[in-house]
Amino acid sequence: MNAESPIVTADTPGNSQKRSLGDRLFGGLTWFSAVAVLLVLGAIILMLFMGARPAFEKYGFWGFITSAQWNPVTEMFGALSPIVGTLVSSLIAILIGVPVSFGIALFITELAPPWLKRPVGTAIELLAAIPSIIYGMWGLFVFAPFFADYIQPILTDTLGELPLIGPLFQGPPLGISVFTAGIILAVMIIPFIASVMRDVFETVPAELRESAFGVGSTTWEVVWNVVLPLTRVGVVGGIMLGLGRALGETMAVTFVIGNAHKLHWALFEPGNSIASTIANEFTEADGEVYTAALIGLGLILFIITFIVLALAKLMLLHMSRQAGRQT
Amino acid sequence: MNIYTRRKVVNVFNLGASVCTTLFGLFFLFWLLWVLFAQGFTHLNWDLFTLDMPGPGAEAGGLRNAIVGSLMLTAVGVLIGAPLGVLAGIYLAEFGRYAWISHPVRFINDVLLSAPSIVIGVFVYEVMVVPMGNFSGWSGGVALAIIVIPVVVRTTEDMMRLVPDTLREAAAALGAPQWRVVTSVVLRAALSGVMTGILLAIARIAGETAPLLFTALNNQFFTLNMDKPMANLPVTIFNFAMGPYDNWHDLAWAGSLLITLTVLTLNILTRIFLRPKQ
Repeated sequence: MNAESPIVTADTPGNSQKRSLGDRLFGGLTWFSAVAVLLVLGAIILMLFMGARPAFEKYGFWGFITSAQWNPVTEMFGALSPIVGTLVSSLIAILIGVPVSFGIALFITELAPPWLKRPVGTAIELLAAIPSIIYGMWGLFVFAPFFADYIQPILTDTLGELPLIGPLFQGPPLGISVFTAGIILAVMIIPFIASVMRDVFETVPAELRESAFGVGSTTWEVVWNVVLPLTRVGVVGGIMLGLGRALGETMAVTFVIGNAHKLHWALFEPGNSIASTIANEFTEADGEVYTAALIGLGLILFIITFIVLALAKLMLLHMSRQAGRQT
Repeated sequence: MNIYTRRKVVNVFNLGASVCTTLFGLFFLFWLLWVLFAQGFTHLNWDLFTLDMPGPGAEAGGLRNAIVGSLMLTAVGVLIGAPLGVLAGIYLAEFGRYAWISHPVRFINDVLLSAPSIVIGVFVYEVMVVPMGNFSGWSGGVALAIIVIPVVVRTTEDMMRLVPDTLREAAAALGAPQWRVVTSVVLRAALSGVMTGILLAIARIAGETAPLLFTALNNQFFTLNMDKPMANLPVTIFNFAMGPYDNWHDLAWAGSLLITLTVLTLNILTRIFLRPKQ
């Protein structure tokens, strides 16, 4: 905050009488709009909770999230399989997306000649602009068959033979699986993570970089031992932002995850996620409990992503304050 | 291998990997765009814009009703969301810059920016579709508006903050009340930035599918009635892609290409607007 700013704020005590009618009206209108943002969030949580209550009352909150049963006929609804599917597909996305994003941020900040920085940065950011339904169509018609024909057999023959993790890389050669969803999610979150990483890498003062180069460090050593430790909090914030995106992604996942209410160890088996379950079943849901169970899934998803995104935001705030102190 | 050689090898290997990851990212962009053009371009013809959706098994058809519906839903979303977002952004940047309530508003706004859009669809279903008794274009527009607001709030505040305080002081010194300072000086100076934010928000909602699935739903027929379920491109693409007919798939690709071209054009336009002046 710059203390020298002379602007009298609407909330300055004792000032309200002196302000003109126009100021009070217009200021009040803007205040109302700002508060509306908070009200929207409050209303979302409240409505989801009210809508989900019949399900929570019937199964209990813990009973709901720990049961893997999902049977509309017998009205048995448990959220475990969608929750696990959401977490696993997002975890795969993070495992693939983070190293790639780091490489891209490293390329843009350290390696690319100046004339190349902007086009490459823009192209990567355009990946984030492509609507998720397009990723879904491409995933279903192009990527899933490609993955089933070329990548999956290789993974099954190599990683699938290993002890302990071998069973993870098994499954029918369809290309419709939790793993495919994870890969597409990875491509979708790469631009978000890469752009945060690039931004925080650029906050490192040039003197620090140059002194590291001065004592004979290689480019990699400068990045790994100087830049990364200094920007650790921001980098983790960026990863959390990507995770928040991956958890809530709906359409791309719905196309390729297979929508099977089953828990499997094998990642190449069809599964489901919270968002894909809601997208597929919400309009067909008949009966109060079925709808309530789906709204309950929505509430769980909203709470998980809210926590993840709030943590991401706090970390990035911390990072920008740190950068402010250094300069 | 001595330590100097090893450091060099590690350096070259890791930097090489960095180039590979960048190519990996770019590869997916070009793969997606190539597939879209290869599959969709041949079906971009006049019929697409003049004929309505074909029913199951019907031969000829286009996407006229979905295109019109999407335009209307986007318009409603922007007309509701943009004014609210701009006003809230003005509060954060001007009237309430240091107010205690601005901190939670900024924080919550940034979280809503990335909130799962399907949940917003469920929320609007509960507050509008259930009380009204049917799916409707209005509820779809409101769901999109909720996505527009955080984008516009964020860019409006950022852009108005860029306006130097000396400009505000000069206007205030002439005796202008704050609302005049804000609307005639600050907002005017930041106008291109604020418009960019609105364009970005349009780009964001143009392809949004999840919040429309159970609000606007879809409609096989042409309608301008916002009280009824409304055809729209994203949900049509979803239904047609999952459907069994080849001509549905072709139309889904054509629709996808149409949306992507719109979104990419909007994104590139905003970049040109916001390009730092040399």
